[in-house]
Amino acid sequence: MAKIKVQSLTKVFGKRPKQAIKLLSEGKSKDDILKETGMTVGVNQASFEVEEGEIFVIMGLSGSGKSTLVRLLNRLIDPSSGNVWVDGQDLATISDKELREVRRKKMSMVFQKFGLFPFRSIQENVEYGLEVQGIEKNKRSTKASSSLELVGLKGYEDKYPDELSGGMQQRVGLARALANDPDILLMDEAFSALDPLIRKDMQDELLELQEKMKKTIVFITHDLDEALRIGDRITIMKDGAIVQVGTPEDILANPANEYVERFVEDVDRSKVFTAENIMVRPETINAEKDGPRVALQRMKDTNISSIYVTKRSKQLIGIVHVDDISKAVHNKETDLTPYIHENVPTVTPETPLHDLFHVSSTSQVPIAVVDEENKLKGIIIRSKVLAALSGNEVTTNGIVS
Amino acid sequence: MELFPRIPVGEWIEAFVEWLLKAEFIIGALRSVIQFIADDIFHTIFATIPPLLFIILLTAFAAFLVRKSKNYGLPLLVLFGLLFIENLEYWDDLIITLSLVMTATLISVVIGVPLGVWMAKSNTVQRIFTPVLDLMQTMPAFVYLIPAVAFFGIGIVPGVVASVIFAMPPTVRLTNLGIRQVPTEMIEASDSFGSTPNQKLFKVQLPMAKTTIMAGVNQTIMLALSMVVIAAMIGTDGIGRQVYYAVGRNDIAMGFEAGICLVILAIILDRLTQTLNKQA
Repeated sequence: MAKIKVQSLTKVFGKRPKQAIKLLSEGKSKDDILKETGMTVGVNQASFEVEEGEIFVIMGLSGSGKSTLVRLLNRLIDPSSGNVWVDGQDLATISDKELREVRRKKMSMVFQKFGLFPFRSIQENVEYGLEVQGIEKNKRSTKASSSLELVGLKGYEDKYPDELSGGMQQRVGLARALANDPDILLMDEAFSALDPLIRKDMQDELLELQEKMKKTIVFITHDLDEALRIGDRITIMKDGAIVQVGTPEDILANPANEYVERFVEDVDRSKVFTAENIMVRPETINAEKDGPRVALQRMKDTNISSIYVTKRSKQLIGIVHVDDISKAVHNKETDLTPYIHENVPTVTPETPLHDLFHVSSTSQVPIAVVDEENKLKGIIIRSKVLAALSGNEVTTNGIVS
Repeated sequence: MELFPRIPVGEWIEAFVEWLLKAEFIIGALRSVIQFIADDIFHTIFATIPPLLFIILLTAFAAFLVRKSKNYGLPLLVLFGLLFIENLEYWDDLIITLSLVMTATLISVVIGVPLGVWMAKSNTVQRIFTPVLDLMQTMPAFVYLIPAVAFFGIGIVPGVVASVIFAMPPTVRLTNLGIRQVPTEMIEASDSFGSTPNQKLFKVQLPMAKTTIMAGVNQTIMLALSMVVIAAMIGTDGIGRQVYYAVGRNDIAMGFEAGICLVILAIILDRLTQTLNKQA
């Protein structure tokens, strides 16, 4: 069962939301409704599911309704129509008291501008969520301390928020959310107020924490790079509606429509794609059965000047060049082994495109992509690296179109 | 102009006041409470402490407030200002005036802060009370004296009542403003952790609004002080009465002496509350 299930969730800001909902169901756009009725559509019939333990990124430009959507998930904003189920519990029908319980135990939120209380010390800020639950002083102090340690802020307990840098303040925000030990973290543009280098550190740290904690995280951002870096799945929103849901690679490789396409145009693809996405099926010869003649013939057939040599099990041995093999055939030799160059450039399938530039520019031969057992999975030709960067010829299953 | 007969607003209000007068036991209870706070609590305390000890205590308090900023102007002001009033032999009047101001301020805060909170929570309540507060502040203060005397006779009690009506609005307004100005994100943070409305009020909204509320209380104290002379017209004792007498007798010396004492008291109260506010 999905951790969070959202079905045709709609929020209209205005006096007569029912009228707007009717127009929405007739397929009228956000702009039409604003012109006709003066009401603003915040979220338009959004449906999706968030699985347990994943980082689910909701991304869109400002005004796309993403911040409204995340507030509908913990009912900081009441929906106009539609439902949210958390662990099968319908949030729309529960009492205020039950809602408070859900907020106290199940989900915590991290805010863009941190939302720390300036008159409380760091320790007291982190304890806030526990305090409102009525947990006694000693227990909440212990929990808050371990939460602060988790985000690397041990020793700052007695400072006040304005004495800390932005990055540190957001760590406090994160520690405060984690102190309740919720299943779900809602992060509303949590890193957007930080400068780029700090932001990247925080993203890495979040991923690291996530390895340990396995929370369900709903992360809001307007930054596609950030979405691609941390998201297990990404939802793209426009005008309050969901345009596409998919893995980062889905979104990049198969944009659902022109809007998403324009969005992903500017992405730094070198950070998203890996060797696996651009490698091609290699021509190989088997050193255990093939000799120089077979090798020469295969190179002639496929019009290449060197060929990778593997064992029968596909484990990489090295590469042979056409000049050497021609000589060997000319001298009527039957063994390839003396001509194999074992010093070849290799990368793993997970190596990002970004790191392939250097290897590919210093190597005369195609790069070998090998797995952890040294089996040859594919090769990377220099022209493919450039093609992938320019946005062409990338697929997600390793076979280039 | 005969088409529209004169609207008898004044008569209506008079009838209302007379009707209110029938609720004698409420008025009696109010009078006892105010009398008790002003005379039995504040005045008794202030009168029991010998003037010199009082001056030393207040100076020490002021010195404590500025211990961090090391700005010793405030304790010096308190010390020499109060010594000056004692020297002019206005000490007995001073403590009566101080009792009046403190009582009026206390009642204003006790009523004004909850009212301000209520206004902040509901736009309807805000819409209803905003014109009432405007009226309370803009109506010439003398006008309140008439029903105040009708209800409470003469003395310190009607003085306190008239002062409360005139001085309370800033506390109400600034409490309302202070709570409404708490950043949305902090309200959301408080809500998102499952706070009850009361927890949100006492743990987040009031602490966040404290500085603004205190600015309102400061204004209330200043307005209460400004009522001192007016209250003297209905027999309230204190420095105000000296000013009022001086005007009646055309006594320049007495008028200015009493006036200067009021100014010193006003400055001391203002600076003390402002410094107290910055501390918090």
